[in-house]
Amino acid sequence: MTVAQLRVFASTLLFGFMVAFAAPVSAQQQPNSVNPTEQSVKEQQLLKELNRIQGRSSLPDSKTGTLEQPAGRDWRQFQQITLRWIGAITILGMLAVLVLFFLIRGMVRIEAGRSGYTLVRFNAFERFVHWMTAMCFIVLALSGLNITFGKELLLPLMGPQAFATFSQWAKYAHNYLSFPFTLGVALMFLMWIAWNFPSGVDFRWIREGGGIIGSKHPPARRFNAGQKAIYWIVVLGGGAAAVTGYLLMFPFYATDIAGMQTAQMVHGIVGLIFMAIMLAHIYIGTIGMQGAFEAMGKGEVDVNWARQHHSLWLEKETKKGRVPAGGVAPAE
Amino acid sequence: MARMKFLCDADRCIECNACVTACKNENDVPWGINRRRVVTINDGKPGERSVSMACMHCTDAPCAAVCPVNCFYTTADGVVLHSKDLCIGCGYCFYACPFGAPQYPKVGNFGSRGKMDKCTYCAGGPEADLTPAEYGSRDNGQFTGYGSNRLAEGKLPLCAEMCSTKSLLAGDGEIIAQIFKERVVRRGYSSGAWGWQTAYRERIET
Repeated sequence: MTVAQLRVFASTLLFGFMVAFAAPVSAQQQPNSVNPTEQSVKEQQLLKELNRIQGRSSLPDSKTGTLEQPAGRDWRQFQQITLRWIGAITILGMLAVLVLFFLIRGMVRIEAGRSGYTLVRFNAFERFVHWMTAMCFIVLALSGLNITFGKELLLPLMGPQAFATFSQWAKYAHNYLSFPFTLGVALMFLMWIAWNFPSGVDFRWIREGGGIIGSKHPPARRFNAGQKAIYWIVVLGGGAAAVTGYLLMFPFYATDIAGMQTAQMVHGIVGLIFMAIMLAHIYIGTIGMQGAFEAMGKGEVDVNWARQHHSLWLEKETKKGRVPAGGVAPAE
Repeated sequence: MARMKFLCDADRCIECNACVTACKNENDVPWGINRRRVVTINDGKPGERSVSMACMHCTDAPCAAVCPVNCFYTTADGVVLHSKDLCIGCGYCFYACPFGAPQYPKVGNFGSRGKMDKCTYCAGGPEADLTPAEYGSRDNGQFTGYGSNRLAEGKLPLCAEMCSTKSLLAGDGEIIAQIFKERVVRRGYSSGAWGWQTAYRERIET
């Protein structure tokens, strides 16, 4: 070992000692209460920034990385208070309006009486799709209402065990019937879209109250403006219910906790408004109008019914030769 | 009567995951179910911090409020428990829970959830204390019961008992808050009791 190497070694050693002895001295000069995690994240600050604390855990399940989400309490408020008010107001409100309307207006009759001649309004496939969707909708609606209102209305009557078993089956029904329901909505969208674009005739129909509110019977093609509205409500509302429903059915596949909460909120609101509107649809298709149920029932309507409610459609069908000869003569 | 709570002193948590392991072992929790977990914020970066989290047994618990079949109940000790007999696996408690506590075994088709499972504060379930029915067994990927009932044996939850740095405290809320306060006064710093504001609407002023 040369002298130069020795010198380097010695100075390194000396520096090492200096560092070793200097460190405790400087530590003694500092206050006892040094906070080693002073720079670390703080709960209040994180909550203020995002209202959510996100980290990661060593578990493969990524949603375990969310440490805190106080937004769950807001969702609870929506779920337990807001959504129930929306449901109560829309559904009971619609029922009240329909009862009142029936008392004032009564059944809309075929003014010229039945002609005895009929023409096809909905073919077998159309009726099959309608009733498949309708039956699914009724089960979906009731099982959905059970989730939101069941524990207040049914639980006291049934007792906890029976109500839980019923709700379990209602959940299965809700999950499985969503598939034929979605298929039905998709088929309705495709098979009726050609007749459901808004047109000039619709504005007059709306202005004249569709013949429901006034006494006039504005002309209409195969579907009047009211039916077009129902069509688009079913297509868009059913579509929204299906999309949000599948997000809920396949939890956390496509979205995080905030997305799941939003999906449930949209699903609940759309579902309840959908139910209220379908009540009106059922009303006008049954006790609200004479001769209307036959269209979806046996698929054929009376010619005088068609003339009163869908005059332009009848003209077109007549030209195509689909109306029986006896029914063509104008009733006026 | 005591009001049982958890308190994680985040300045002491070293992310060893002993609490997670202790919980899984004590309660025979199946794969995919995690009653307790350690979350690390800013992992590997300056300002990193780890917090052990499970059901906090909230005051006015949101899970209980949103449950469509009312399967939750709160014990005299303030522990939030539920009945797997009544649970329909709808998943609503997970959306409402501020701490991500409810867990669901995946059973059947789609993402179908089985009966919910969560931290019981090592206090079992609605069945009679310390019975095999309360502890439960494996049934087709689901765990039929609730695991250990250490509280009935006069013991505290094992996660807190096992904590190597005594970061995780379990016990009566007032007592563990007092322990935490004394600790904070002695060492001179604190990052607060994580989750307490959200779970119990209170903060430990130190």
